[in-house]
Amino acid sequence: MKSAHDSILKGEGPILKIEGLTVDFLSNDEPVRAVDDVSFHVNRGETLVILGESGSGKSVSTSTVMDLVDCPPGDIVGGSCLFDGTELSRLDAEGRRNINGRRIAMIFQDPLAYLNPVYTVGRQIAEVFESHDAARGKQARANAIELLRRVGIPEPESRVDFYPHQFSGGQRQRVMIAMAIALKPDILIADEPTTALDVSVQAQILDLLRDLQRETGMALVMITHDLEVAASMADRIIVMNGGKVVESGLAQEVFSNPQHPYTRRLIGALPHGEAAETSHRRSTEIAGATLLKVEHLTKEYVLASGAFAGKRTFRAVDDVSFEVRKGETLGVVGESGSGKSSIARILLRLNDPSSGQAIYAGENIFEMCGKRLVAFRRKVQMVFQDPYGSMNPRMNVRSIISEPWAIHRDLLPRSNWKDRVAELLDLVGLRPEHAERYPHQFSGGQRQRIAIARALASEPELIVCDEAVSALDVSIQAQVIDLLADLRTRLGLSYIFITHDLPIVRHFADRILVMKQGKIVEEGPTSALFSAPQHEYTQSLLKAVPKPKWLMSTEAPRAVPGAPRPERTRNGSMAG
Amino acid sequence: MFSYIGRRASHSILSVIGLLTLVFFLTRLTGDPSALYLPLDATAEARAAFAKLNGLDQPIPWQFAEYLKDLLHLDFGQSLRQNRSAMEVALQAFPETLKLAFVAITLSTALAILVGSLAAARPGSLFDRIASVTSLAGASAPDFWVAIVGILVFAVGLELLPTSGTGTWAHWIMPIFVLMLRPFGLLVQVVRSTMLSALASPYIKTARAKGLRRQKIIFGHALRNSLLPVVTVAGDLATSLVNGAVVVESIFGWPGIGKLMIDSIIQRDFAVVQSTILVTATAIFILNIAIDLLYAVLDPRIRY
Repeated sequence: MKSAHDSILKGEGPILKIEGLTVDFLSNDEPVRAVDDVSFHVNRGETLVILGESGSGKSVSTSTVMDLVDCPPGDIVGGSCLFDGTELSRLDAEGRRNINGRRIAMIFQDPLAYLNPVYTVGRQIAEVFESHDAARGKQARANAIELLRRVGIPEPESRVDFYPHQFSGGQRQRVMIAMAIALKPDILIADEPTTALDVSVQAQILDLLRDLQRETGMALVMITHDLEVAASMADRIIVMNGGKVVESGLAQEVFSNPQHPYTRRLIGALPHGEAAETSHRRSTEIAGATLLKVEHLTKEYVLASGAFAGKRTFRAVDDVSFEVRKGETLGVVGESGSGKSSIARILLRLNDPSSGQAIYAGENIFEMCGKRLVAFRRKVQMVFQDPYGSMNPRMNVRSIISEPWAIHRDLLPRSNWKDRVAELLDLVGLRPEHAERYPHQFSGGQRQRIAIARALASEPELIVCDEAVSALDVSIQAQVIDLLADLRTRLGLSYIFITHDLPIVRHFADRILVMKQGKIVEEGPTSALFSAPQHEYTQSLLKAVPKPKWLMSTEAPRAVPGAPRPERTRNGSMAG
Repeated sequence: MFSYIGRRASHSILSVIGLLTLVFFLTRLTGDPSALYLPLDATAEARAAFAKLNGLDQPIPWQFAEYLKDLLHLDFGQSLRQNRSAMEVALQAFPETLKLAFVAITLSTALAILVGSLAAARPGSLFDRIASVTSLAGASAPDFWVAIVGILVFAVGLELLPTSGTGTWAHWIMPIFVLMLRPFGLLVQVVRSTMLSALASPYIKTARAKGLRRQKIIFGHALRNSLLPVVTVAGDLATSLVNGAVVVESIFGWPGIGKLMIDSIIQRDFAVVQSTILVTATAIFILNIAIDLLYAVLDPRIRY
């Protein structure tokens, strides 16, 4: 952007220059090389995006800049980090403290985990001022309120005394950002700042980061695995894979003309709107009979009654009706809190509905009990968002996959279990020898494959996928979706595919329900819904998908009117 | 919150009534007090008179009904041994136990938090290893053995400390030390392990990224989040001390409620046994409610 070009024109050196950085992680066997001879630089005021999938070393390299890598098991083998003329690796604790939080700040992926749960947000923000002797007491609190206002927290005077758990996910990330920009750092490192957020909230947070960057002129280093986010933010981009930088350059060039095979593959996996219309992932025909018919499903939760308030109820699911046909994929799209997961849990009889019925193969699910319920549970399986949390860490893959056969005795004689496990692993693209390993020895994508294999073990007719690929990298997402599509064709499965991620359902779902606040606001065939969304909410969801920065010509003037670019509040010598 | 306390209190009262019922019938299984309080050659008439005087001639269910009726008038019965109100006897001994328990649990918790935190801050260091060994030894050493060895060495051998009783500050040293051993040992282990996981948690990364001082990170952020399990264990240990440290009080002749309880059981002083149990049970229920409230203070996510 402008500021980036300015600094280059003025002949200023980059604010941060990393050269030959190599980091190992010690393990019982060979040390694992997480970052391998990585070099990059960041100019003042620019946005550098580090793009890569999990395990590519992108977070480790920036954590090294902040000295957040625990050594051991981390081991910084070599390389230099030059920040504004200071070699960071040679700093002592106090020197380091003067940089962290004051001149380089960082925000993280999961603000709930990264905020201390037992302190109010105001206290946590004020702490930044106090620990750097910038302000204390009342002044620090006033500053915290001002920051909360700046990052868009409503009623900051009262919210300043709230605890992290009392905010929504997007607001928590705003709080993190407030904390990070408190002392107007030269560099803000954002490690997957929007990955855990809904798409419309993501758009707001990205806007906020852009605005703040314009105001303060800070450099932004953004780590992401999300190509759309990368394209919408980056001036320059570096692509990491297997601990190495495989490609770097101006964002538009990298995106329009990727050189490295890995980058090409990554960009190829990006769901493009046009290609989706002929997606091979959709099922070819949906003439099947109705498998599941849900009618007027409602789920109410009674909220805890306070001392002065009567009982209040919250409708998580509000009069929802839909049907799923055999061999069909029904996409259920909505942001968090829209009730989509509640539906999944009710349909699997994990929770009971308040009213309504669901007819599965001619029988009301909610009236089933005993043997019928067991038989039903065999036929309907679920794949969860977090495969790690939904697998017993002390069971190996073989026992995880064969557990359904131990429950449904008539499914498979014990003597065939071993072969069938191998078969299923093969079916989901894993190797038979993986059967003796434990969940923690797999990557996220592999674990999700195991979860799918487990779901398939009971030979289901319907699989409910609750955000099943949301936690996975883009290229892995594509692989898992391909796998699901392939299994549907081969085994005649039906899916209810619940997600907040629109581009994914566009490829995969035959029909889509859009949910908001427990209600279905729009329903229709995928292509129709994407090309001509009827409901306002659907339109806003579609719009919220980030657009590449170089195409945002209409937004550029926003920076200009009124205020000239604020002067930097601090010069290079760091007054105090 | 007040409704929570009310609910807990009413549950507690039910439990206390259940406990008293149990204790009432169990104590009567220990035998007839007149066998202890009258001379061996006492006549049958004298025994009958003794029984009648103390209401022991009635059928046991009748005695129980009488006991409950007296409870309603806050009459907790007479001590056979001391010939005064049983509750007075219990309430006289209880503060002695409380003092001992309070000092022991406060000191050992404070010390354990310090030692455990420092050990967790540098896992694998020499300090950490020394802390682990001493805390393990403390947690596993039998208190009666330590108490007796302590008396042999410091009181009998070196003649530095009194063997037993109360009076001067020197009388406190050995009982407190012996009572602290186990809580200290257990708590160091708890603090160390919860601190280790707290120090590895994401919000500590944030604190480091904010450039906080090391002490602030360890004691301000990590420790504050580790306190919940520490409070649970410390509360449990405090409960066992409030209950009367029977062994330690007996060995050091400390006139606390534990010693009173065991003496009264041996002497078949039924009313005193019942009163001591009523006192300690009430104290423990209060302690438990206090711990629950402390949870809510320590963790804003907990609300009643």
